[in-house]
Amino acid sequence: MSSVPAAPSRAPLRGLLRGLPLLPSLVLLLVFLAGPIGYCVYYAFTDLQLTGASGTNFVGLRNFTRAFDDPDFLNAVELTLVFVVGSAVIGQNSLGLALAALMEKASKPVRSITGAVVVAAWVLPEVVAGYLMYAFFYQQGSLNAILRLLHLPQQNWLYTLPILAVCIANVWRGTAFSMLVFSAALSEVPKELVEAAEMDGAGPWQRLWRVTLPVIRRAVLTNLMLVTLQTLSVFGLIYTMTRGGPGNSSQTLPVFMYQQAFQNSLIGYGTAVALVLLAVGGVFSAVYIRMLKVEED
Amino acid sequence: MAVSDSPPRTDGPRPRLRTPPVAPRPRGHRGRGRGSAGRASVDVVLLVFSLLYLVPLLWMVLASVSSRSGFELTAPSPTTANFRAVLDAETTYRPMLNGLLLCGGGTLVCVLCSVLAAYPLSRMRSRLRRPFLYTVLFSTGLPITAVMIPVYSMFVQVDLIDSMLATTLFLGAAALPFGIWLMKSFMDGVPIVLEEAARIDGATSMQVLWRIVLPLMRPGVVVVTVFTFIGMWGNFFVPFVLLLSPEKLPASVSVFTFLSAHNQTQYGQLSAFSIIYSVPVLMLYLLLARRLGGGFALGGAVKG
Repeated sequence: MSSVPAAPSRAPLRGLLRGLPLLPSLVLLLVFLAGPIGYCVYYAFTDLQLTGASGTNFVGLRNFTRAFDDPDFLNAVELTLVFVVGSAVIGQNSLGLALAALMEKASKPVRSITGAVVVAAWVLPEVVAGYLMYAFFYQQGSLNAILRLLHLPQQNWLYTLPILAVCIANVWRGTAFSMLVFSAALSEVPKELVEAAEMDGAGPWQRLWRVTLPVIRRAVLTNLMLVTLQTLSVFGLIYTMTRGGPGNSSQTLPVFMYQQAFQNSLIGYGTAVALVLLAVGGVFSAVYIRMLKVEED
Repeated sequence: MAVSDSPPRTDGPRPRLRTPPVAPRPRGHRGRGRGSAGRASVDVVLLVFSLLYLVPLLWMVLASVSSRSGFELTAPSPTTANFRAVLDAETTYRPMLNGLLLCGGGTLVCVLCSVLAAYPLSRMRSRLRRPFLYTVLFSTGLPITAVMIPVYSMFVQVDLIDSMLATTLFLGAAALPFGIWLMKSFMDGVPIVLEEAARIDGATSMQVLWRIVLPLMRPGVVVVTVFTFIGMWGNFFVPFVLLLSPEKLPASVSVFTFLSAHNQTQYGQLSAFSIIYSVPVLMLYLLLARRLGGGFALGGAVKG
């Protein structure tokens, strides 16, 4: 806009030329992301199978009606909800906030130690984290050893409460993100605001609810969105720990989708499930964007 | 490890400095006494928590150096046998090299493309800019797990399954939305004045980008590079689905097959391999946190 007004016929060409650096990204995104998502929409309405393919037929909404009649799918939806709400919305979010708040008050070495430990679990590759958590929850594993030490009842966690185990595993692995976001947000809360509330006689909880949380509201919302989106697509952690089992008692949507498509060779059905997952992610993503409101410039 | 203490304290003037220094503190001794007692109890709580959090990691380290490793936290009878057993071409070197090729290549693709894409997005005014940015931001939220089945079908049809090059490109493309978004917000922070001076001297757009903008945003480029690489290095699902031949599998998948193919007796070796596999990303993150502060890296993602 600020450039010298060129001859009108040259302007679009110049714009095109200046947009040229976008091309490689555009091609990659179209071929590898937009393309598959478009395919995904198409496949979801077919009976595509990978083995013994005798032509692919258009089956309309049958994959979707089938999904919503399938108790296993509904089970997966339910478990996904438990997993996302339990481990992301409640677990990671509140533990992250608690850690960030406590770390503000802790001494420097303790702050460093806590931060390092929590972040280490986050940086660890997904499969390694899954493996460690598998060992942790295994019947002869560390958790039961700790419980025995404390004279508390023990369980075969991966069999009796697999969804709880994977939720805790995801909290263990993912909390660092929330912690870093909240640490950054808390450091920007004006100290005089908190001190003023304290002088007015507000207790620690009141200060948290009435002063700190309203100030960092935006960070809380953003963080909620991001951890929800991340948790929605967790696959490796659960697959390493339980393979969705025993039975289907920890089979969240990504695991269900994988097993339908690759173990039962029902690509069409698996794709329909993937589309549902994409749609849910899309809704969250759209809400997230609205919250961020890309700055107008 | 300078992880926790750096993030919040690096950028900008700290708000607390704005408190008028003359204001008398009314709470005197009581406040200070309660403060230190409070600090001690907070310290204890955090230390206990850290210890609990550390248990799985500790188990891995102990299992990797103990000769008789089960699932218990055993008193170590130190041995290097586990490490020596896994340090061969088939178990360690090839998967690590594959991982390096896939993730290094994918990171290179992602960083190069996102630098190029970020430049017009940061500097050019166009009606298409905002919709494009929204689309990019929207795609950062899409669960990439859900795209894998259609990608697999697509790769089967064009015969790209088990191709390392195609997998590398896909990894790069999947990381692009976040890369572009992060890179663009870093580029927005580079003042435009120097650029204009160079333009007056007759530099072309690309010259300005490579000679002036990029050197000024080197920390941002480092952040995008390291984060992209760490993300890819840990990614299990993409190579798991797209690659078949055992000799092409990266460490993320081989550690999984290791896990499913072996029974209890070899958890020591598995732990040793897990450590070897994890060390590169831990080092990279440490480097990043030390030099730039952890919070800095997240700034772009959270503030938008």
